[in-house]
Amino acid sequence: MAGKDKDILSSAVVSKKEKIENGIIFVLLSLCAIIMVFPLIYMVMTSFMTKNQILSGQLSLIPDPWVFGKYSEVLKKGNFISGIINTIKIEIPVLLIGGFTSSLAAFSFAKLKFRGKNAIFMGLLATIMIPFAVIMIPQYVMFTRLKWTDSLLPLIVPACFGNVSMIFFLRQNLSSVPNDLMDAAKLDGCGYFRTFCQIFFPLMKGAVGTQLTLWFMAIWNDYLAPVIFLRSEKTWTLQVVIRSFNAYYAIQSDYALIMAASVIAMIPTIVLFFCFQRVIIESVAISGIK
Amino acid sequence: MGRVKSKKKVKLSAMSKREEKWALLFVAAPTLGFLLFMAWPIVFAFLTSLTTWNGAKGFEGMLNRFCGFDNYIKLLTDKKFWQTLTTTVIYLIGIPIGMILGLLFAMGMNRKIPGVRVLRTMYYVPVISSLVAVSILWAWVYNYDYGLLNVIIKALTGKHGPNWLGDENLIKVSMIIFMVWKGLGTSIILYLAGLQNIPRSYYEAAMVDGANGWQRFKNITLPLLSPVTFYILITSMIGGFQVFVEVQVMTTNGGIGYSAATIVYYLYEKAFESFQLGYASAIAIILAIIIFVITFINFKMQDKWVKTIE
Repeated sequence: MAGKDKDILSSAVVSKKEKIENGIIFVLLSLCAIIMVFPLIYMVMTSFMTKNQILSGQLSLIPDPWVFGKYSEVLKKGNFISGIINTIKIEIPVLLIGGFTSSLAAFSFAKLKFRGKNAIFMGLLATIMIPFAVIMIPQYVMFTRLKWTDSLLPLIVPACFGNVSMIFFLRQNLSSVPNDLMDAAKLDGCGYFRTFCQIFFPLMKGAVGTQLTLWFMAIWNDYLAPVIFLRSEKTWTLQVVIRSFNAYYAIQSDYALIMAASVIAMIPTIVLFFCFQRVIIESVAISGIK
Repeated sequence: MGRVKSKKKVKLSAMSKREEKWALLFVAAPTLGFLLFMAWPIVFAFLTSLTTWNGAKGFEGMLNRFCGFDNYIKLLTDKKFWQTLTTTVIYLIGIPIGMILGLLFAMGMNRKIPGVRVLRTMYYVPVISSLVAVSILWAWVYNYDYGLLNVIIKALTGKHGPNWLGDENLIKVSMIIFMVWKGLGTSIILYLAGLQNIPRSYYEAAMVDGANGWQRFKNITLPLLSPVTFYILITSMIGGFQVFVEVQVMTTNGGIGYSAATIVYYLYEKAFESFQLGYASAIAIILAIIIFVITFINFKMQDKWVKTIE
Protein backbone atom coordinates (compact mmCIF):
# COMPACT_ATOMS: atom_id res chain seq x y z
CA MET A 1 0.00 0.00 0.00
CA ALA A 2 2.69 2.42 1.02
CA GLY A 3 4.74 1.38 -2.00
CA LYS A 4 1.89 2.20 -4.34
CA ASP A 5 1.56 5.70 -2.84
CA LYS A 6 5.23 6.28 -3.34
CA ASP A 7 4.94 5.27 -6.99
CA ILE A 8 2.17 7.75 -7.66
CA LEU A 9 4.09 10.42 -5.81
CA SER A 10 7.29 9.82 -7.74
CA SER A 11 5.53 9.85 -11.11
CA ALA A 12 3.93 13.18 -10.22
CA VAL A 13 7.34 14.54 -9.27
CA VAL A 14 8.81 13.31 -12.55
CA SER A 15 6.14 14.97 -14.61
CA LYS A 16 6.65 18.25 -12.76
CA LYS A 17 10.38 17.97 -13.24
CA GLU A 18 9.79 17.19 -16.89
CA LYS A 19 7.64 20.27 -17.25
CA ILE A 20 10.40 22.48 -15.90
CA GLU A 21 12.92 20.78 -18.16
CA ASN A 22 10.69 21.27 -21.16
CA GLY A 23 10.29 24.92 -20.25
CA ILE A 24 14.05 25.44 -20.12
CA ILE A 25 14.55 23.56 -23.37
CA PHE A 26 11.84 25.61 -25.06
CA VAL A 27 13.51 28.86 -24.02
CA LEU A 28 16.93 27.62 -25.19
CA LEU A 29 15.59 26.38 -28.53
CA SER A 30 13.74 29.64 -29.12
CA LEU A 31 16.82 31.70 -28.32
CA CYS A 32 18.95 29.67 -30.72
CA ALA A 33 16.25 29.88 -33.38
CA ILE A 34 16.29 33.65 -33.08
CA ILE A 35 20.07 33.64 -33.43
CA MET A 36 19.67 31.48 -36.56
CA VAL A 37 17.32 33.86 -38.33
CA PHE A 38 18.86 37.02 -36.90
CA PRO A 39 21.35 37.54 -39.76
CA LEU A 40 18.47 37.25 -42.23
CA ILE A 41 16.39 39.83 -40.36
CA TYR A 42 19.42 42.07 -40.20
CA MET A 43 19.79 41.65 -43.95
CA VAL A 44 16.26 42.89 -44.59
CA MET A 45 16.69 45.78 -42.14
CA THR A 46 20.00 46.84 -43.71
CA SER A 47 18.34 47.07 -47.12
CA PHE A 48 16.10 49.87 -45.72
CA MET A 49 18.89 51.85 -44.01
CA THR A 50 20.77 54.92 -45.15
CA LYS A 51 24.47 54.63 -45.88
CA ASN A 52 25.22 56.82 -42.85
CA GLN A 53 23.40 54.49 -40.52
CA ILE A 54 25.02 51.38 -41.98
CA LEU A 55 28.53 52.83 -41.72
CA SER A 56 28.03 54.34 -38.26
CA GLY A 57 29.59 51.35 -36.52
CA GLN A 58 26.82 51.50 -33.90
CA LEU A 59 24.52 48.62 -33.15
CA SER A 60 21.16 49.60 -34.63
CA LEU A 61 18.54 47.31 -36.08
CA ILE A 62 15.64 49.59 -36.95
CA PRO A 63 16.20 51.78 -40.00
CA ASP A 64 16.08 55.46 -39.12
CA PRO A 65 14.77 56.83 -41.40
CA TRP A 66 13.26 54.03 -43.51
CA VAL A 67 14.52 54.21 -47.09
CA PHE A 68 12.58 52.21 -49.66
CA GLY A 69 14.38 53.46 -52.73
CA LYS A 70 17.01 50.73 -52.90
CA TYR A 71 14.53 48.16 -54.16
CA SER A 72 13.43 50.20 -57.13
CA GLU A 73 17.07 51.10 -57.75
CA VAL A 74 17.97 47.40 -57.92
CA LEU A 75 15.07 46.61 -60.24
CA LYS A 76 16.13 49.44 -62.55
CA LYS A 77 19.59 47.94 -63.09
CA GLY A 78 19.34 46.24 -66.46
CA ASN A 79 21.26 43.15 -65.40
CA PHE A 80 18.98 42.36 -62.53
CA ILE A 81 15.75 41.99 -64.49
CA SER A 82 17.51 40.07 -67.26
CA GLY A 83 18.96 37.81 -64.57
CA ILE A 84 15.46 36.97 -63.36
CA ILE A 85 14.21 36.42 -66.92
CA ASN A 86 17.17 34.16 -67.76
CA THR A 87 16.60 32.10 -64.65
CA ILE A 88 12.92 31.65 -65.54
CA LYS A 89 13.89 30.75 -69.11
CA ILE A 90 15.87 27.87 -67.64
CA GLU A 91 13.25 26.86 -65.09
CA ILE A 92 10.31 26.42 -67.46
CA PRO A 93 11.71 23.99 -70.04
CA VAL A 94 13.71 22.06 -67.45
CA LEU A 95 10.79 21.55 -65.08
CA LEU A 96 8.38 20.67 -67.89
CA ILE A 97 10.58 18.35 -69.94
CA GLY A 98 12.84 17.13 -67.13
CA GLY A 99 9.83 16.60 -64.90
CA PHE A 100 8.18 14.52 -67.61
CA THR A 101 11.22 12.34 -68.38
CA SER A 102 11.88 11.81 -64.67
CA SER A 103 8.30 10.73 -63.88
CA LEU A 104 8.20 8.42 -66.88
CA ALA A 105 11.47 6.77 -65.86
CA ALA A 106 10.30 6.46 -62.26
CA PHE A 107 7.14 4.71 -63.47
CA SER A 108 9.21 2.32 -65.53
CA PHE A 109 11.58 1.53 -62.65
CA ALA A 110 8.74 1.01 -60.22
CA LYS A 111 6.12 -0.85 -62.21
CA LEU A 112 7.55 -2.41 -65.37
CA LYS A 113 9.70 -5.49 -65.73
CA PHE A 114 12.83 -5.45 -67.82
CA ARG A 115 16.26 -7.01 -67.81
CA GLY A 116 19.03 -4.89 -66.30
CA LYS A 117 16.53 -2.78 -64.36
CA ASN A 118 18.45 -2.85 -61.11
CA ALA A 119 21.79 -2.32 -62.79
CA ILE A 120 20.55 0.76 -64.65
CA PHE A 121 18.86 2.12 -61.53
CA MET A 122 21.92 1.64 -59.34
CA GLY A 123 24.08 3.20 -62.05
CA LEU A 124 21.87 6.28 -62.10
CA LEU A 125 21.78 6.44 -58.32
CA ALA A 126 25.58 6.32 -58.17
CA THR A 127 25.73 9.55 -60.17
CA ILE A 128 24.62 11.40 -57.06
CA MET A 129 28.11 10.69 -55.74
CA ILE A 130 29.92 12.07 -58.81
CA PRO A 131 31.23 15.51 -57.90
CA PHE A 132 30.20 18.20 -60.36
CA ALA A 133 33.72 19.59 -60.05
CA VAL A 134 35.02 16.49 -61.83
CA ILE A 135 32.77 16.71 -64.86
CA MET A 136 32.58 20.47 -65.22
CA ILE A 137 35.72 20.81 -67.37
CA PRO A 138 34.67 18.17 -69.95
CA GLN A 139 31.16 19.62 -69.98
CA TYR A 140 32.61 23.07 -70.53
CA VAL A 141 34.71 21.76 -73.43
CA MET A 142 31.65 20.00 -74.86
CA PHE A 143 29.43 23.07 -74.64
CA THR A 144 32.12 25.33 -76.07
CA ARG A 145 32.52 23.07 -79.09
CA LEU A 146 28.77 23.00 -79.57
CA LYS A 147 28.89 26.83 -79.41
CA TRP A 148 26.36 26.81 -76.58
CA THR A 149 28.25 29.00 -74.13
CA ASP A 150 26.63 32.12 -75.52
CA SER A 151 23.18 30.80 -74.66
CA LEU A 152 21.29 29.18 -71.79
CA LEU A 153 21.41 25.73 -73.43
CA PRO A 154 24.18 24.29 -71.19
CA LEU A 155 21.85 24.68 -68.23
CA ILE A 156 18.71 23.53 -70.02
CA VAL A 157 19.61 20.55 -72.21
CA PRO A 158 21.38 18.22 -69.73
CA ALA A 159 18.66 18.78 -67.12
CA CYS A 160 15.91 17.83 -69.58
CA PHE A 161 17.23 14.26 -69.57
CA GLY A 162 15.91 13.88 -66.04
CA ASN A 163 16.87 14.27 -62.43
CA VAL A 164 18.12 11.26 -60.52
CA SER A 165 16.89 12.25 -57.07
CA MET A 166 13.43 12.98 -58.50
CA ILE A 167 13.37 9.54 -60.14
CA PHE A 168 14.44 7.99 -56.85
CA PHE A 169 11.69 9.69 -54.82
CA LEU A 170 8.93 9.03 -57.33
CA ARG A 171 9.93 5.39 -57.57
CA GLN A 172 9.68 5.18 -53.76
CA ASN A 173 6.31 6.87 -53.96
CA LEU A 174 5.01 4.45 -56.58
CA SER A 175 6.14 1.38 -54.70
CA SER A 176 3.21 1.91 -52.32
CA VAL A 177 0.76 1.65 -55.24
CA PRO A 178 -0.46 -1.96 -55.62
CA ASN A 179 0.79 -3.84 -58.68
CA ASP A 180 -2.76 -5.08 -59.36
CA LEU A 181 -3.43 -1.74 -60.96
CA MET A 182 -0.74 -2.43 -63.54
CA ASP A 183 -2.08 -5.94 -64.20
CA ALA A 184 -5.61 -4.63 -64.59
CA ALA A 185 -4.43 -2.04 -67.10
CA LYS A 186 -2.61 -4.75 -69.04
CA LEU A 187 -5.69 -6.98 -69.11
CA ASP A 188 -7.73 -4.11 -70.43
CA GLY A 189 -5.24 -3.75 -73.24
CA CYS A 190 -4.28 -0.28 -72.12
CA GLY A 191 -0.98 0.80 -73.70
CA TYR A 192 2.00 1.44 -71.44
CA PHE A 193 2.23 5.13 -72.16
CA ARG A 194 -1.51 5.55 -71.67
CA THR A 195 -1.31 3.60 -68.42
CA PHE A 196 1.32 6.06 -67.24
CA CYS A 197 -0.60 9.15 -68.30
CA GLN A 198 -4.07 8.13 -67.16
CA ILE A 199 -3.45 5.93 -64.13
CA PHE A 200 -0.03 6.38 -62.57
CA PHE A 201 0.79 10.01 -63.25
CA PRO A 202 -2.42 11.22 -61.54
CA LEU A 203 -1.53 8.98 -58.59
CA MET A 204 1.87 10.58 -58.09
CA LYS A 205 0.84 14.15 -58.86
CA GLY A 206 1.47 15.31 -55.29
CA ALA A 207 4.94 13.79 -55.14
CA VAL A 208 5.78 15.22 -58.57
CA GLY A 209 4.72 18.65 -57.30
CA THR A 210 6.99 18.41 -54.27
CA GLN A 211 9.94 17.25 -56.35
CA LEU A 212 9.41 20.01 -58.91
CA THR A 213 9.27 22.59 -56.12
CA LEU A 214 12.60 21.34 -54.76
CA TRP A 215 14.05 21.29 -58.24
CA PHE A 216 12.83 24.83 -58.92
CA MET A 217 14.65 25.99 -55.79
CA ALA A 218 17.83 24.15 -56.77
CA ILE A 219 17.87 25.77 -60.23
CA TRP A 220 17.02 29.16 -58.74
CA ASN A 221 19.89 28.97 -56.25
CA ASP A 222 22.43 27.33 -58.57
CA TYR A 223 25.63 29.28 -59.00
CA LEU A 224 28.62 27.12 -59.97
CA ALA A 225 27.26 25.76 -63.25
CA PRO A 226 25.94 29.14 -64.45
CA VAL A 227 29.16 30.95 -63.59
CA ILE A 228 31.16 28.43 -65.62
CA PHE A 229 28.92 27.90 -68.63
CA LEU A 230 27.35 31.33 -69.13
CA ARG A 231 30.23 33.18 -70.69
CA SER A 232 28.41 36.29 -71.87
CA GLU A 233 26.89 38.77 -69.47
CA LYS A 234 23.52 38.87 -71.21
CA THR A 235 22.88 35.20 -70.32
CA TRP A 236 23.74 35.53 -66.61
CA THR A 237 21.25 34.10 -64.16
CA LEU A 238 20.12 35.98 -61.07
CA GLN A 239 22.67 34.39 -58.72
CA VAL A 240 25.56 35.34 -61.00
CA VAL A 241 24.17 38.86 -61.23
CA ILE A 242 23.88 39.41 -57.48
CA ARG A 243 27.39 38.08 -57.00
CA SER A 244 28.68 40.65 -59.49
CA PHE A 245 26.64 43.32 -57.67
CA ASN A 246 28.40 42.34 -54.47
CA ALA A 247 31.84 42.57 -56.04
CA TYR A 248 31.02 45.93 -57.63
CA TYR A 249 29.02 47.79 -54.98
CA ALA A 250 30.97 46.58 -51.92
CA ILE A 251 33.81 48.81 -53.07
CA GLN A 252 31.37 51.73 -52.94
CA SER A 253 30.08 50.48 -49.58
CA ASP A 254 26.54 50.48 -50.97
CA TYR A 255 25.48 47.64 -48.68
CA ALA A 256 21.82 48.63 -48.72
CA LEU A 257 21.72 48.01 -52.46
CA ILE A 258 23.56 44.69 -52.16
CA MET A 259 21.24 43.51 -49.40
CA ALA A 260 18.14 44.62 -51.31
CA ALA A 261 19.32 42.62 -54.34
CA SER A 262 20.03 39.57 -52.18
CA VAL A 263 16.66 39.82 -50.44
CA ILE A 264 14.83 39.85 -53.76
CA ALA A 265 16.90 36.88 -54.92
CA MET A 266 15.83 34.92 -51.83
CA ILE A 267 12.12 35.76 -51.87
CA PRO A 268 10.88 33.12 -54.36
CA THR A 269 12.46 30.17 -52.57
CA ILE A 270 11.40 31.42 -49.14
CA VAL A 271 7.81 31.96 -50.28
CA LEU A 272 7.70 28.52 -51.90
CA PHE A 273 9.14 26.99 -48.77
CA PHE A 274 6.52 28.58 -46.53
CA CYS A 275 3.72 27.45 -48.86
CA PHE A 276 4.85 23.84 -49.16
CA GLN A 277 6.71 23.51 -45.88
CA ARG A 278 5.13 20.28 -44.71
CA VAL A 279 5.71 18.26 -47.88
CA ILE A 280 9.20 19.68 -48.43
CA ILE A 281 10.34 18.81 -44.93
CA GLU A 282 8.73 15.37 -45.19
CA SER A 283 10.53 14.69 -48.42
CA VAL A 284 13.88 15.75 -46.92
CA ALA A 285 13.24 13.64 -43.81
CA ILE A 286 12.42 10.55 -45.87
CA SER A 287 15.75 10.75 -47.68
CA GLY A 288 17.54 10.16 -44.37
CA ILE A 289 15.39 7.30 -43.16
CA LYS A 290 15.35 5.45 -46.45
CA MET B 1 -3.49 -29.61 -74.23
CA GLY B 2 0.26 -29.29 -74.43
CA ARG B 3 -0.04 -27.26 -77.59
CA VAL B 4 -2.31 -24.74 -75.92
CA LYS B 5 0.12 -24.38 -73.05
CA SER B 6 3.10 -23.66 -75.28
CA LYS B 7 1.06 -21.22 -77.31
CA LYS B 8 0.19 -19.37 -74.13
CA LYS B 9 3.84 -19.27 -73.13
CA VAL B 10 4.87 -17.74 -76.44
CA LYS B 11 2.14 -15.16 -76.10
CA LEU B 12 3.27 -14.28 -72.60
CA SER B 13 6.88 -13.83 -73.56
CA ALA B 14 5.84 -11.72 -76.52
CA MET B 15 3.93 -9.58 -74.12
CA SER B 16 6.82 -9.28 -71.68
CA LYS B 17 9.09 -8.47 -74.62
CA ARG B 18 6.73 -5.68 -75.51
CA GLU B 19 6.80 -4.51 -71.91
CA GLU B 20 10.57 -4.58 -71.90
CA LYS B 21 10.70 -2.50 -75.05
CA TRP B 22 8.47 0.18 -73.58
CA ALA B 23 10.18 0.09 -70.20
CA LEU B 24 13.57 0.66 -71.80
CA LEU B 25 12.17 3.48 -73.90
CA PHE B 26 10.84 5.15 -70.75
CA VAL B 27 14.22 5.07 -69.01
CA ALA B 28 16.12 5.98 -72.18
CA ALA B 29 16.30 9.74 -71.49
CA PRO B 30 17.96 9.61 -68.04
CA THR B 31 20.23 6.77 -69.14
CA LEU B 32 21.34 8.69 -72.22
CA GLY B 33 21.78 11.81 -70.09
CA PHE B 34 23.94 9.82 -67.71
CA LEU B 35 26.14 8.51 -70.53
CA LEU B 36 26.49 11.87 -72.28
CA PHE B 37 26.87 14.22 -69.34
CA MET B 38 28.35 12.02 -66.61
CA ALA B 39 30.09 8.87 -67.85
CA TRP B 40 31.76 10.30 -70.94
CA PRO B 41 32.94 13.44 -69.12
CA ILE B 42 34.66 11.30 -66.50
CA VAL B 43 36.56 9.41 -69.21
CA PHE B 44 37.31 12.68 -70.95
CA ALA B 45 38.52 14.29 -67.71
CA PHE B 46 40.99 11.47 -67.27
CA LEU B 47 42.23 11.78 -70.86
CA THR B 48 42.60 15.54 -70.47
CA SER B 49 44.55 15.07 -67.26
CA LEU B 50 47.26 13.32 -69.30
CA THR B 51 47.88 16.42 -71.41
CA THR B 52 48.94 20.03 -71.03
CA TRP B 53 45.96 21.16 -73.10
CA ASN B 54 44.76 24.74 -72.78
CA GLY B 55 41.57 24.26 -74.77
CA ALA B 56 43.02 25.52 -78.05
CA LYS B 57 43.01 23.82 -81.48
CA GLY B 58 40.31 21.27 -80.67
CA PHE B 59 40.95 17.64 -79.82
CA GLU B 60 43.95 17.52 -82.12
CA GLY B 61 45.53 20.22 -80.02
CA MET B 62 44.81 18.11 -76.99
CA LEU B 63 46.43 14.98 -78.41
CA ASN B 64 49.51 16.96 -79.43
CA ARG B 65 50.00 18.00 -75.85
CA PHE B 66 50.10 14.51 -74.38
CA CYS B 67 52.39 14.40 -71.36
CA GLY B 68 51.67 11.14 -69.57
CA PHE B 69 51.37 11.43 -65.82
CA ASP B 70 53.42 14.64 -65.59
CA ASN B 71 50.50 16.62 -64.17
CA TYR B 72 50.08 14.17 -61.33
CA ILE B 73 53.78 14.23 -60.55
CA LYS B 74 53.71 18.03 -60.58
CA LEU B 75 50.78 17.99 -58.17
CA LEU B 76 52.86 16.14 -55.58
CA THR B 77 55.10 19.15 -55.12
CA ASP B 78 52.45 21.83 -55.76
CA LYS B 79 52.23 23.85 -52.54
CA LYS B 80 48.91 25.41 -53.46
CA PHE B 81 47.39 21.99 -54.09
CA TRP B 82 48.40 20.73 -50.64
CA GLN B 83 47.37 23.98 -49.01
CA THR B 84 43.89 23.94 -50.53
CA LEU B 85 43.49 20.23 -49.83
CA THR B 86 44.39 20.86 -46.17
CA THR B 87 41.96 23.77 -45.95
CA THR B 88 39.22 21.59 -47.43
CA VAL B 89 39.88 18.93 -44.80
CA ILE B 90 39.92 21.56 -42.03
CA TYR B 91 36.49 22.74 -43.14
CA LEU B 92 35.19 19.21 -42.58
CA ILE B 93 35.41 19.93 -38.82
CA GLY B 94 32.09 21.65 -39.35
CA ILE B 95 30.43 18.29 -40.07
CA PRO B 96 30.68 16.72 -36.58
CA ILE B 97 29.88 20.10 -35.01
CA GLY B 98 26.75 20.39 -37.13
CA MET B 99 25.79 16.79 -36.39
CA ILE B 100 26.13 17.15 -32.62
CA LEU B 101 24.21 20.43 -32.57
CA GLY B 102 21.60 18.99 -34.92
CA LEU B 103 21.08 15.98 -32.69
CA LEU B 104 20.83 18.11 -29.54
CA PHE B 105 18.28 20.45 -31.09
CA ALA B 106 16.31 17.56 -32.57
CA MET B 107 16.15 15.86 -29.17
CA GLY B 108 14.89 19.08 -27.66
CA MET B 109 12.20 19.37 -30.30
CA ASN B 110 11.19 15.75 -29.86
CA ARG B 111 9.82 16.59 -26.38
CA LYS B 112 6.40 17.93 -25.62
CA ILE B 113 7.10 21.59 -26.20
CA PRO B 114 4.98 24.18 -27.98
CA GLY B 115 5.72 25.62 -31.40
CA VAL B 116 7.95 22.83 -32.66
CA ARG B 117 6.86 23.43 -36.24
CA VAL B 118 7.69 27.14 -36.10
CA LEU B 119 11.07 26.40 -34.55
CA ARG B 120 11.81 23.74 -37.16
CA THR B 121 11.02 26.24 -39.90
CA MET B 122 13.26 28.89 -38.39
CA TYR B 123 16.21 26.50 -38.30
CA TYR B 124 15.52 25.39 -41.85
CA VAL B 125 15.28 28.80 -43.54
CA PRO B 126 19.08 29.14 -44.03
CA VAL B 127 19.10 25.77 -45.82
CA ILE B 128 16.67 26.82 -48.53
CA SER B 129 18.16 30.30 -48.90
CA SER B 130 20.36 31.03 -51.87
CA LEU B 131 23.97 30.19 -51.03
CA VAL B 132 25.22 33.23 -52.93
CA ALA B 133 22.84 35.58 -51.10
CA VAL B 134 23.66 34.28 -47.62
CA SER B 135 27.39 34.26 -48.42
CA ILE B 136 27.09 37.91 -49.38
CA LEU B 137 25.18 38.50 -46.15
CA TRP B 138 27.78 36.77 -43.99
CA ALA B 139 30.68 38.55 -45.69
CA TRP B 140 28.89 41.70 -44.51
CA VAL B 141 28.23 40.27 -41.03
CA TYR B 142 31.97 39.51 -40.75
CA ASN B 143 33.01 42.97 -42.02
CA TYR B 144 35.82 44.30 -39.83
CA ASP B 145 34.63 47.88 -39.35
CA TYR B 146 30.85 47.85 -39.76
CA GLY B 147 29.80 44.20 -39.70
CA LEU B 148 27.06 43.02 -37.36
CA LEU B 149 29.37 40.73 -35.40
CA ASN B 150 31.98 43.34 -34.55
CA VAL B 151 29.32 45.96 -33.85
CA ILE B 152 27.75 43.59 -31.32
CA ILE B 153 31.16 42.78 -29.81
CA LYS B 154 31.90 46.47 -29.48
CA ALA B 155 28.52 47.20 -27.88
CA LEU B 156 29.03 44.38 -25.37
CA THR B 157 32.72 44.69 -24.50
CA GLY B 158 33.70 48.15 -25.70
CA LYS B 159 36.61 46.65 -27.64
CA HIS B 160 36.99 46.24 -31.38
CA GLY B 161 36.31 42.69 -32.56
CA PRO B 162 38.75 40.59 -34.61
CA ASN B 163 39.21 40.73 -38.35
CA TRP B 164 37.08 37.69 -39.14
CA LEU B 165 37.95 37.37 -42.81
CA GLY B 166 41.33 39.09 -42.69
CA ASP B 167 43.36 36.59 -40.69
CA GLU B 168 44.75 33.36 -42.13
CA ASN B 169 43.51 31.18 -39.28
CA LEU B 170 40.43 33.04 -38.18
CA ILE B 171 39.06 33.06 -41.72
CA LYS B 172 38.81 29.27 -41.56
CA VAL B 173 36.90 29.47 -38.29
CA SER B 174 34.59 32.07 -39.82
CA MET B 175 33.93 29.84 -42.83
CA ILE B 176 33.19 26.85 -40.58
CA ILE B 177 30.74 28.88 -38.46
CA PHE B 178 29.00 29.98 -41.64
CA MET B 179 28.77 26.45 -43.03
CA VAL B 180 27.40 25.06 -39.76
CA TRP B 181 24.78 27.82 -39.73
CA LYS B 182 23.81 27.10 -43.33
CA GLY B 183 23.50 23.34 -42.93
CA LEU B 184 22.23 22.89 -39.38
CA GLY B 185 18.56 22.77 -40.42
CA THR B 186 19.10 19.66 -42.52
CA SER B 187 20.59 17.59 -39.72
CA ILE B 188 17.88 18.77 -37.31
CA ILE B 189 15.13 17.63 -39.69
CA LEU B 190 16.80 14.33 -40.44
CA TYR B 191 17.48 13.56 -36.78
CA LEU B 192 13.99 14.65 -35.74
CA ALA B 193 12.46 12.27 -38.29
CA GLY B 194 14.79 9.54 -37.05
CA LEU B 195 13.83 10.15 -33.41
CA GLN B 196 10.13 10.04 -34.22
CA ASN B 197 10.73 6.68 -35.88
CA ILE B 198 11.99 5.07 -32.67
CA PRO B 199 9.13 3.18 -30.98
CA ARG B 200 8.24 4.65 -27.56
CA SER B 201 7.98 1.15 -26.14
CA TYR B 202 11.77 0.78 -26.31
CA TYR B 203 12.19 3.65 -23.86
CA GLU B 204 9.39 2.43 -21.63
CA ALA B 205 10.99 -0.99 -21.44
CA ALA B 206 14.35 0.55 -20.61
CA MET B 207 12.76 2.67 -17.89
CA VAL B 208 11.18 -0.41 -16.34
CA ASP B 209 14.68 -1.93 -16.31
CA GLY B 210 15.87 1.18 -14.47
CA ALA B 211 18.07 2.64 -17.20
CA ASN B 212 18.91 6.29 -16.61
CA GLY B 213 18.75 9.07 -19.20
CA TRP B 214 22.33 8.70 -20.37
CA GLN B 215 22.03 4.91 -20.68
CA ARG B 216 18.82 5.25 -22.66
CA PHE B 217 20.54 7.75 -24.96
CA LYS B 218 23.63 5.60 -25.39
CA ASN B 219 21.89 2.26 -25.81
CA ILE B 220 18.69 3.18 -27.64
CA THR B 221 18.79 6.63 -29.22
CA LEU B 222 22.30 6.62 -30.67
CA PRO B 223 22.28 3.10 -32.16
CA LEU B 224 18.80 3.51 -33.63
CA LEU B 225 19.78 6.88 -35.13
CA SER B 226 22.94 5.45 -36.66
CA PRO B 227 21.44 5.08 -40.17
CA VAL B 228 20.56 8.79 -40.11
CA THR B 229 24.02 9.65 -38.79
CA PHE B 230 25.51 7.56 -41.58
CA TYR B 231 23.42 9.31 -44.21
CA ILE B 232 24.34 12.80 -42.93
CA LEU B 233 28.00 11.82 -42.71
CA ILE B 234 28.14 10.48 -46.28
CA THR B 235 26.26 13.33 -47.91
CA SER B 236 28.07 16.07 -45.99
CA MET B 237 31.47 14.58 -46.70
CA ILE B 238 30.74 14.36 -50.41
CA GLY B 239 29.49 17.96 -50.26
CA GLY B 240 32.32 19.07 -47.96
CA PHE B 241 34.96 18.21 -50.53
CA GLN B 242 33.21 20.41 -53.06
CA VAL B 243 32.98 23.68 -51.15
CA PHE B 244 33.41 26.50 -53.62
CA VAL B 245 30.67 29.14 -53.77
CA GLU B 246 31.11 30.53 -50.26
CA VAL B 247 34.85 30.94 -50.82
CA GLN B 248 34.39 32.72 -54.13
CA VAL B 249 31.70 35.05 -52.80
CA MET B 250 33.06 35.79 -49.32
CA THR B 251 36.73 36.27 -50.10
CA THR B 252 38.76 38.03 -52.74
CA ASN B 253 41.10 35.62 -54.53
CA GLY B 254 40.75 32.94 -51.87
CA GLY B 255 41.59 35.16 -48.90
CA ILE B 256 44.92 36.40 -47.52
CA GLY B 257 47.69 34.04 -48.63
CA TYR B 258 45.06 31.81 -50.25
CA SER B 259 44.06 30.79 -46.72
CA ALA B 260 40.35 30.21 -47.40
CA ALA B 261 40.69 28.54 -50.80
CA THR B 262 39.44 24.99 -51.17
CA ILE B 263 40.49 22.36 -53.65
CA VAL B 264 37.53 23.08 -55.94
CA TYR B 265 38.35 26.79 -55.78
CA TYR B 266 41.90 26.01 -56.91
CA LEU B 267 40.60 23.71 -59.62
CA TYR B 268 38.22 26.42 -60.84
CA GLU B 269 41.01 29.00 -61.01
CA LYS B 270 43.30 26.66 -62.91
CA ALA B 271 40.58 25.65 -65.36
CA PHE B 272 38.61 28.81 -66.01
CA GLU B 273 40.99 31.63 -65.20
CA SER B 274 44.37 30.37 -66.42
CA PHE B 275 42.87 27.73 -68.75
CA GLN B 276 45.28 24.98 -67.73
CA LEU B 277 42.64 22.38 -68.52
CA GLY B 278 45.04 19.44 -68.33
CA TYR B 279 46.39 20.35 -64.92
CA ALA B 280 42.93 21.20 -63.59
CA SER B 281 41.62 17.85 -64.81
CA ALA B 282 44.35 16.08 -62.87
CA ILE B 283 43.13 17.89 -59.73
CA ALA B 284 39.58 16.87 -60.60
CA ILE B 285 40.55 13.21 -60.98
CA ILE B 286 42.39 13.26 -57.63
CA LEU B 287 39.31 14.84 -56.06
CA ALA B 288 37.07 12.15 -57.54
CA ILE B 289 39.38 9.45 -56.20
CA ILE B 290 39.41 11.02 -52.72
CA ILE B 291 35.61 11.23 -52.63
CA PHE B 292 35.26 7.70 -53.95
CA VAL B 293 37.71 6.25 -51.42
CA ILE B 294 36.09 8.08 -48.50
CA THR B 295 32.62 6.97 -49.52
CA PHE B 296 33.90 3.42 -49.97
CA ILE B 297 35.52 3.42 -46.52
CA ASN B 298 32.33 4.83 -45.01
CA PHE B 299 30.27 2.04 -46.54
CA LYS B 300 32.81 -0.59 -45.41
CA MET B 301 32.78 0.70 -41.84
CA GLN B 302 29.01 0.90 -41.90
CA ASP B 303 28.62 -2.71 -40.68
CA LYS B 304 30.65 -1.86 -37.58
CA TRP B 305 28.40 0.86 -36.21
CA VAL B 306 25.23 1.31 -38.23
CA LYS B 307 22.26 -0.57 -36.80
CA THR B 308 18.88 -0.99 -38.42
CA ILE B 309 15.45 -1.11 -36.84
CA GLU B 310 14.10 -4.53 -37.60
